[in-house]
Amino acid sequence: MATESLTGTGVSPGAGYGPAYLMGAAVPEPPAGARHDGDVVAEVARVEAAVERVAAELQARGEAVGGDARDVLAAQALIARDPALAAEIGDLIDAGTAAERAVYEAFMRYNDILTQVGGYLGQRVADLADVRDRVIAELTGVPMPGLPAAGDKPYVLVARDLAPADTALLSKDIVAAFVTEEGGPTSHTAILARALGVPAVVACAGATSIANGVPVLVDGTTGLVGLMPSEDEVRATIKAARTRDAALAEVTGPGATADGRPVALLANIGGPRDLAAALEHGAEGVGLYRTEFLFLDRDQAPSEEEQEAAYREVVSAFPGRPVTVRVLDAGGDKPLGFLPPTEKEPNPALGQRGVRILRIFTDVLTGQLRALARAAEAGSAEVRVMAPMVATPEDAAWFVAACRAAGLRSAGIMIEVPAAALRATDLAPAVDFFSIGTNDLAQYTFAADREVGALTAFQDPWQPVLLDLVAMTASAGVPTAVCGEACSDPALSCVLAGLGVTALSMAAPAIPGVRAALARHTLAQCRAAAVAARAQTGPEAARAAARTHLPALADLGL
Amino acid sequence: MAVRKVIVESSAGLHARPAATFVQTAAKAPVDVTVAKPGGTPVSAKSILSILALDVRSGEVIVLNADGDGADQVLDELAAIVSVP
Repeated sequence: MATESLTGTGVSPGAGYGPAYLMGAAVPEPPAGARHDGDVVAEVARVEAAVERVAAELQARGEAVGGDARDVLAAQALIARDPALAAEIGDLIDAGTAAERAVYEAFMRYNDILTQVGGYLGQRVADLADVRDRVIAELTGVPMPGLPAAGDKPYVLVARDLAPADTALLSKDIVAAFVTEEGGPTSHTAILARALGVPAVVACAGATSIANGVPVLVDGTTGLVGLMPSEDEVRATIKAARTRDAALAEVTGPGATADGRPVALLANIGGPRDLAAALEHGAEGVGLYRTEFLFLDRDQAPSEEEQEAAYREVVSAFPGRPVTVRVLDAGGDKPLGFLPPTEKEPNPALGQRGVRILRIFTDVLTGQLRALARAAEAGSAEVRVMAPMVATPEDAAWFVAACRAAGLRSAGIMIEVPAAALRATDLAPAVDFFSIGTNDLAQYTFAADREVGALTAFQDPWQPVLLDLVAMTASAGVPTAVCGEACSDPALSCVLAGLGVTALSMAAPAIPGVRAALARHTLAQCRAAAVAARAQTGPEAARAAARTHLPALADLGL
Repeated sequence: MAVRKVIVESSAGLHARPAATFVQTAAKAPVDVTVAKPGGTPVSAKSILSILALDVRSGEVIVLNADGDGADQVLDELAAIVSVP
């Protein structure tokens, strides 16, 4: 086993192995007034060594890439080795300033001069700042900004998150895998990685604490990131990933169990930009269209016309297929300035969020529903609309009435509050469908804030109590979907099908694995797995018990 | 002491690639070399940042100054670099 491993979300399949290269974010400014401990000679020597390493690296990179980049990098190396700059840094250190602060201040003097000259020189200020940050990074041990040069072998690029500019020059020959601390299945990293065919894991807690150069094994399907793995482990993981990817690619078509019980495989999307990935992975429709992105960072709700345009784009991508739209889910961890709660909320997650805030600001909901109705009329997709945070039959009836008034045919509710799941039979008569949000359902069932890292164990979707709540919801007599992280787990998706769930909505890259897992098991096996899982008292035991009834998972490498 | 007064012919002035070549050449010299605009304060020819900050444009005159063994040779080389249009 690897000496240590981290887990994130696999967003680009395959396995990759190489030394970690940690890409730094902005290098922090050394604090003003920082002093050294009095050893001027040692402090100056430290700077000289750091400068020389930076200059040599820049020069080597320039020679490796050639062309115009070589001139730019050679000029940067010259800046690093500039004797006038070294003299200024030396003077500052003589006066007691700590090395990194002296570097910062000396560079800033030239920065100001060049900025004043303007024109061509003004544009060189970025080069100057880059050299400065590199020297400071050397001195303080923080990650070097920007990307490393291509090494002898591909490296595993580790970063907080990646921007398009960071990655423009990357290729499969340079990068063995991506690991980011932030980001999601639709982040730039995920999209780029899939486009390059490089394995990637995002939302990997602890990723940026991986030390530079440590050998890292990345499984872009399972989301496992192993540090310092053994040779055997590397070989086995890469082989398993190849087998698995080949097996997954063989299964195509709509989601169904081995004996033909359909289970719709839908995509979670955050906007039109996620459509490409959804279509690429064979989503049969959209199971959760989060509309918040339209409303964030604004002083007021977007116009109906603007909303309609965004909805139309999604609707037109899935002609004849379901497109399930969640109306604005504001409040809680997603507060919006133009939808303020009516009083101070000590626990926003338990406050006026979801349908509760929409019942106060009804015009925002009405506008959104009207825009959705017009988009639905314009396309042939089967548009379904659902409300978040519904807890009572009254909430459900109110929302459905609002949808009907706007001319929307299919109206449903999210089941994410235990009260709603426990009394699903009371809510069922008013609605056309349920969609279970496992993440919030776990948060409210365990009274464990999902934003609190120390409480993540409560978010495990294999918790038997969550399976109980899913079973109660799915047996209430209306079509029930599950949207949430739970669906990305092929084994759990079989269990959910066994509990009577008829649609699964997930991050698009998870769809092939779930499709293959369902296709290799009968409904009876799925039901047996569900029964076995619910008979346990904890998530690990539930997972293990379910897998004994799902033998093909191992063949698939899942 | 060797002195040269030369017109900078390169279209980029003493910026970009000519500046880099100029500084790289000066840096190899065993002696101190300075550059100034006529009447201005001399700066080290081995400092890219100082040269850039001088902001010498195409067609301007610069004064090169060096002292010691090999001074003439390095000034000839530097003058040749800036004389390339």
